[in-house]
Amino acid sequence: MSSAASPVLIEVEKVYKRFPLPEGKGEFTVLSQIDLQVRAGEVLALLGRSGSGKSTLLRIMAGLIPPSQGRVLSNGQPLRGPNPDVAMVFQSFALLPWLTVQENVELGLQAQGIPREIRRQKALKAIDLVGLDGFENAYPKELSGGMKQRVGFARAFVLEPKVLFMDEPFSALDVLTAENLRGEIDELWNAQAFPSQSILIVTHNIEEAVFLADRVVILGSNPGRIRGEVRIDLPRPHERTDPRFKSLVDYIYEIMTNPEIAVTGEVALPALAGDKAASPYALPLPHARVGGISGLLELLVEWPQGRAEISNLAERLKLAVDDLLPILDAAVLLGFAEVTGRVVQLTEIGQDFANTTILRSKDLFRQQLLARVPVFRSLLQTLEEKGSRSMRADFFLDLWDEHFPHAEAERQFATAIDWGRYAELFEYDASEERLYLPEPGEILSTEEPVGIDQV
Amino acid sequence: MRTFPSPEALRRLPAGAADGAIILGTLVLLALVAQVGVGAFERFQPPAVVPRIDLDPRNLPYYAARSTLRMFIALAFSTLFTLIYGYIAAKSRWAERILIPLLDILQSVPVLGFLSITVTGFIALFPGSLLGLEAASIFAIFTSQVWNMTFSFYQSLRTLPQELVEAATLYRLSGWQRFTQLEVPAAMVGLIWNAMMSFGGGWFFVAASEAISVLNQEYTLPGLGSYVEAAIQAEDLPKLGWALLTMAGVILLVDQLFWRPLVAWSDKFRLEQSSGAAVPESWLYDLLTTARIPRLIGGWLSPLAELVDRLLSYLTRPRWVDPLSPEAERRRERLLTQLSWAAIGGIGIWIVYFVATTVGFGEVLLTFGLGILTLLRVSVLLVFATLIWTPIGVAIGFNPKLAKLLQPVVQFLAAFPANFLFPFATLFFIRAHISIEWGSILLMSLGAQWYILFNSIAGAQSIPTDLREMAVDVGLRGWQRWRKLIIPGIFSAWVTGGVTASGGAWNASIVSEIVAWGSTTLTATGLGTYIAEATAVGDWPRITLGIGMMSLFVVGLNRLFWRRLYQLAEEKYHL
Repeated sequence: MSSAASPVLIEVEKVYKRFPLPEGKGEFTVLSQIDLQVRAGEVLALLGRSGSGKSTLLRIMAGLIPPSQGRVLSNGQPLRGPNPDVAMVFQSFALLPWLTVQENVELGLQAQGIPREIRRQKALKAIDLVGLDGFENAYPKELSGGMKQRVGFARAFVLEPKVLFMDEPFSALDVLTAENLRGEIDELWNAQAFPSQSILIVTHNIEEAVFLADRVVILGSNPGRIRGEVRIDLPRPHERTDPRFKSLVDYIYEIMTNPEIAVTGEVALPALAGDKAASPYALPLPHARVGGISGLLELLVEWPQGRAEISNLAERLKLAVDDLLPILDAAVLLGFAEVTGRVVQLTEIGQDFANTTILRSKDLFRQQLLARVPVFRSLLQTLEEKGSRSMRADFFLDLWDEHFPHAEAERQFATAIDWGRYAELFEYDASEERLYLPEPGEILSTEEPVGIDQV
Repeated sequence: MRTFPSPEALRRLPAGAADGAIILGTLVLLALVAQVGVGAFERFQPPAVVPRIDLDPRNLPYYAARSTLRMFIALAFSTLFTLIYGYIAAKSRWAERILIPLLDILQSVPVLGFLSITVTGFIALFPGSLLGLEAASIFAIFTSQVWNMTFSFYQSLRTLPQELVEAATLYRLSGWQRFTQLEVPAAMVGLIWNAMMSFGGGWFFVAASEAISVLNQEYTLPGLGSYVEAAIQAEDLPKLGWALLTMAGVILLVDQLFWRPLVAWSDKFRLEQSSGAAVPESWLYDLLTTARIPRLIGGWLSPLAELVDRLLSYLTRPRWVDPLSPEAERRRERLLTQLSWAAIGGIGIWIVYFVATTVGFGEVLLTFGLGILTLLRVSVLLVFATLIWTPIGVAIGFNPKLAKLLQPVVQFLAAFPANFLFPFATLFFIRAHISIEWGSILLMSLGAQWYILFNSIAGAQSIPTDLREMAVDVGLRGWQRWRKLIIPGIFSAWVTGGVTASGGAWNASIVSEIVAWGSTTLTATGLGTYIAEATAVGDWPRITLGIGMMSLFVVGLNRLFWRRLYQLAEEKYHL
């Protein structure tokens, strides 16, 4: 539907977004050198893992937060304040619980000062379009999740924006409801009955992106940047049964699991900032629980030769890319698995880990941690240097704080604690907020049971 | 969507009868307010002509109505103040830095100590009319209600769900629309709950502020509080009983006719989107929703409302202010910090100067010592109230039927002004020869202990059933069960109750360390007595010193003790 000749509706020019780190420790870059265009008549998906800044980018384009550098043009005009050409559908619906469905839908019109009667008619039309007629006077709390999001769509439709923004609109719904609503939105678009000229959707679900979008822009993490784009050259509607659909999904899986691959035809990504290699605390740990990692390995070992296609694995586990990828990353980081292309393969140590007893697997885990993740060597060294063989948690948190925003530093710390406790490298007393070296000879193996329940 | 009346709707009054009831009710209310309100404009020429209290019990309904009117006027002002102060504090970072710590301090200042200052001020403002006294009394009630309402509103504004704020910004709601459609509704549940609690506390101040002697001058307003005062002077026990009964009736009436409908109505402003389990009920609210008249009037007014909305929206169009650069932000932050320190330093120097030039530092030490005595009383009270009421509260909370039955009773007890009971206790102390040094603890506890009880009930109710079943399952019994399950489970609720009870007890010390029955006056040694005596003779430096010292104790305790417990409750015992 779209082509390079279609008019540009929103243009992002060299946008950076930085947030100050706590206590004036400099800045954390969330988005780096973003250039992006939204054209009339296209469905554009922003696909990325958590931490890629995709929601931040969406909010910058909506004019909700200003960029630190660069600018956004909407309809050719530099953007200042909320973007008048945009309406947004929110992840958790953002409905006012004290207004009825109709009053919620009328909200944007009321703000424009449109008279009551016209407001009412437009709202009824939009409510009709999303299939909610009969529910005009219901309150949101009487509706199911799927119906609430329909109200969210109606509220955006009624404004007839140039571009409709969707911020993970289906991720708060259960699988079936999401599938159903996604299908209806797609139908509406294909029937050319859609109330906006373009759609921009933010998602971490690869299938969803391929199903809805004409163009998928892939964002990388740390800092968030555009890695490239994939054109979905399928006839609309994009049929899942089409073999080309499957290969596009597989291809994107491959890109997303291999951060170093360049995306087709696009310029290679800019180099990372120089100081990253210097400190062991700068290397981000993927947020996977030990239970999740071992669950994945135990599942993989059942596969022939311990090999599996990542998309098959995701499907088997019913996990979105956002949830599976950190676990995969952790397995790779620890040397339990290798990813080549779109296939994941258990290593020898990984095989061993999956098949052995709990005590032995703890030994293996500890060995891999010390050998492959420098931050644990550094943690241990600090603890050993202290006479008391213990250290306050904020000391380490401060070190992470220098490389991550505080919330992320805390998550890094929590992950490190989870791994280190399992490996019995150290103990952590949450009420004292101190890390301890275990007493020599002490057995700690009852501390954290291994389980696959988190998978 | 329901297309036919539900069974409950059919069982309600038919719409016609409901309308009749509403018209009648409105007319009666208007007539009452007019009748009672006129009294406030009575002329008086102090000190020669002061309103007298007639002890005939038939006057009690009139006196009760006068007191109730004062309560509602104070509530209206509290609401207005809350909306303005809370809004400014939440919107401007400059204002926030000053307004919020100020609120924190004002909340801890013993309201009763203020009375003397405000009475003289307001009388000067309205010479030759009772309005001055009325205003002073209303102001006292206002100061007892307003702070936690304001805090609640401010907190709600600061914790609005991010996506709702973004939706309001993106859809370009005007300042007025944001306020009426997002901010006030989101704060409504907390605001009404806090208003209801403060209103209950307000009765205490009605009783204390209607009859007061300031600067050796007796001031009396017609009202329930002054009726009680007069009955005490006349040593008339039966009259006191009548007053007590009237007070109980008023509390019940206000609850049924005002708070319950309001709470039932405000339920729709809950932010949790799932339908709650227990929906508050009120027969009056049902009546109002069944009747056609309110809807009809609503229909007539809606074009007007629309007009007002458009006009105010035009005046408060959304404006985009470019954010400051991080550098400018930091500079502003530094400036703010320096200014606050300068202000604190200035006030500190002024206090030292004032004390040094008037009463001297020996007096400071004396008040500090008296403060320690009162602190001891408050602590004994808290310990005993906890030991007695927590087990009872937990027993009630674990039994849903009992809880449903008793919770309104406990809330009623908390709202009942304890100072109405003081004369009975005083008489008892005199007859049984109990020293007021100890007896005052009992007096203070008459009001304060209920907060510990009903927070224990609420805390016990919040312990999930599966945890209790687990405790039975693993065989936790007796002290073990308390240590592992109950105490951690009710801890945060207990802290909330403890803070409120301790604040209430400090305030009550001003009226409970010194009590009278007829011509006999019992006086305990403590900071409360110090303030009360200084107020009676109009000794400004001592009043200021006493209030300052008490505020220092309350603020200090909050910082050093309660805040830490709060943190512990948040971090460790959060369910």
